[in-house]
Amino acid sequence: MQNGEGVGSSLEMLRFTTAGSVDDGKSTLIGRLLFDSKTVFEDQLESLAKTALRKGTHGIDLSLITDGLAAEREQGITIDVAYRYFSTPKRKFIIADTPGHEQYTRNMVTGASTANLAVVLTDARKGVLPQSKRHGFIASLLGIPHIVLAVNKMDLVDYARDVYEKIKADFGAYARDFKTHDITFIPVSALTGDNIVTRSVQMPWYTGPTLLEFLENVPIRNDRNLTDFRFPVQLVVRPHQDFRGYAGDVASGTIAPGDTVMALPSRRQTRVRELLTYNGKLDRATVGQSVVIVLADEVDLSRGDMLVKPDQVPNITQDLKATLCWMADEPLEPGKRYLVKHTTQMVGAMVQSLDYRVDIHTLAHEPAQALRLNEIGAVTLKVKRPLYVDAYDRNRLTGAFVLIDELSNNTVGAGMVV
Amino acid sequence: MTETIPVRQIIAQNAAHLKQLEAESIYIMREVAAEFKKPVMLYSVGKDSSVMLRLAQKAFYPAPIPFPVMHVDTGYKFPEMYVFRDKYCAEIGVRLIVERNERAIGMGMNPMQYGTDKCCGALKTGALLDALTKHGFDAAFGGARRDEEKSRAKERIYSFRDAFGQWDPKNQRPELWNLYNARINDGESIRVFPLSNWTELDVWFYIVLEEIPIVPIYYAQKRRVVDRGGILVPYDEKRVTLKPGEQVEEVLSRFRSLGCMPCTGAIRSNAQTIEDIVAEIILARKSERENRVIDHNSDSSMEQKKREGYF
Repeated sequence: MQNGEGVGSSLEMLRFTTAGSVDDGKSTLIGRLLFDSKTVFEDQLESLAKTALRKGTHGIDLSLITDGLAAEREQGITIDVAYRYFSTPKRKFIIADTPGHEQYTRNMVTGASTANLAVVLTDARKGVLPQSKRHGFIASLLGIPHIVLAVNKMDLVDYARDVYEKIKADFGAYARDFKTHDITFIPVSALTGDNIVTRSVQMPWYTGPTLLEFLENVPIRNDRNLTDFRFPVQLVVRPHQDFRGYAGDVASGTIAPGDTVMALPSRRQTRVRELLTYNGKLDRATVGQSVVIVLADEVDLSRGDMLVKPDQVPNITQDLKATLCWMADEPLEPGKRYLVKHTTQMVGAMVQSLDYRVDIHTLAHEPAQALRLNEIGAVTLKVKRPLYVDAYDRNRLTGAFVLIDELSNNTVGAGMVV
Repeated sequence: MTETIPVRQIIAQNAAHLKQLEAESIYIMREVAAEFKKPVMLYSVGKDSSVMLRLAQKAFYPAPIPFPVMHVDTGYKFPEMYVFRDKYCAEIGVRLIVERNERAIGMGMNPMQYGTDKCCGALKTGALLDALTKHGFDAAFGGARRDEEKSRAKERIYSFRDAFGQWDPKNQRPELWNLYNARINDGESIRVFPLSNWTELDVWFYIVLEEIPIVPIYYAQKRRVVDRGGILVPYDEKRVTLKPGEQVEEVLSRFRSLGCMPCTGAIRSNAQTIEDIVAEIILARKSERENRVIDHNSDSSMEQKKREGYF
């Protein structure tokens, strides 16, 4: 992959999540990004104009560009995560647009799980509200490396610098203990477009990038774990007796033919003979690439097992200590049993203890008997077979798991290994 | 016009993110093959299906695709689509199943008389649900993308469907990281959308990069059409009755997306090579479903169809 500007350079893809309540102007902000980057098609605009006519409103409401379901349009709210796409000559963007109310924390967690960056919105008139703090905390908890605090509706406070500075100081103080250190503040007005795509003439005191400039230029290449080789096996590929390969995605690190690898759980060591793809053999595969690995010796390896390098072995354990976001109506309680899905493994688990619950407003840890819908806490789980895990902060894909309820089949919890 | 757009250069610049999208789709397909008992890939013969098939070839290489592909045929597809379907599936060696709602076809179901909702309901949704039940498929891949339509923007990659194939948009399973939940009870199923995060342009770029064959009616040629409010309806004296004031014209035109003949309009175009098509789409200011009659009925018609089991 080549980098840098000009001919031959490759577009990077940036996934970001936006969180904010209806009144923060989140939908307007996204509508503005799509509209100003010319992603909204004429016929979609016509359809929106018809809707506006029917509802008796005037002109096109940018926020309607992002509203999906009939129920949402009727109620003027966002229920679920919606995905949006746009690109500029510099980058391709995937937005996970999530509703901001506290009862939708689980959706925010869902959107944040795959994001490189989070845009948290605040209303300049209201200062740093508890919900902005909550959005920031969730972004940080989910290991998003970059947070942008967009101070919106600057037009309604006469573009006053002191309003912006106060919010910056308040949020900065709250975020001091965040795992995310890269926090950027941008004063904007989604409605008028100030500092979204075009630079605001109203705020000459702000010399930083516009929101789009920031999204286009924030370095994301080093956000992924390029060190520890982890290859969870998805499938054994066996077209005939003379061929056996292991199909999967490189979850982290890099691998090359000749490298010594260790198979888990057997701990047998062998070497990589070749890295195969439909488009030919590779000299090297790195994080995010899907390949078939052919090994020099026959080892016992099947779906759910993992290839690693012998000097970088993950934690092999049946005791999982994790931060957990609860996503189901029925609460989590100590003693209950669930299924854990981790990398390509599915294994039974029991909740040993609920160690604490996080007060999402103060970030304080408090004792709790149960974890309810949208609550976040820390648990200890006992799993039936050993899992090969890393701390989530070090490795997002081998540190993450979901809990599934065996009876309802629902995904009920999102876990991050401590 | 088209020569001002450096198509090849733009595609080269997009190669890296296409690789990322490709890897994500391959990962999803392998997960499905590993965790479901009897998956099937829905194949509509269009460009998205063609990309999906290529990704399936890659996902299981050097082994063959471990599931069949199924075309839910309404009987109203363009003749070129049937020819292409049979030839291409044979060429790449994938097992093709064709299913149709014979009862509705026998009754002479058509959109002109019964309306598009009823026609789609019988020939597409009905036929699909019957076919899934008949074969006992528990997972069905579809080539839908989230950028196509606003209700699709909210759909999961693994879209849970009850025993009636219905989608409940307000009660979707959370989907985090790359951990997909494949648990279902007997009779329930999952629709899987491996192209969820691809855009229309991504699909075209990929077709160029990978040299994926497509049905020839994507290319412009002179066609006999009737202009109905900007939608060029292909003229066929057996199916199309001219309204007062309408006339048949010969127009250089092509199809931007492929559906059923009565409900798919052509667009004015002189795009005769794959580069021309891509250049045209880069410049296009109308979304690709605008030439589909079925989406126009109301702001939420796709959402309604999906609730009823449409893919």
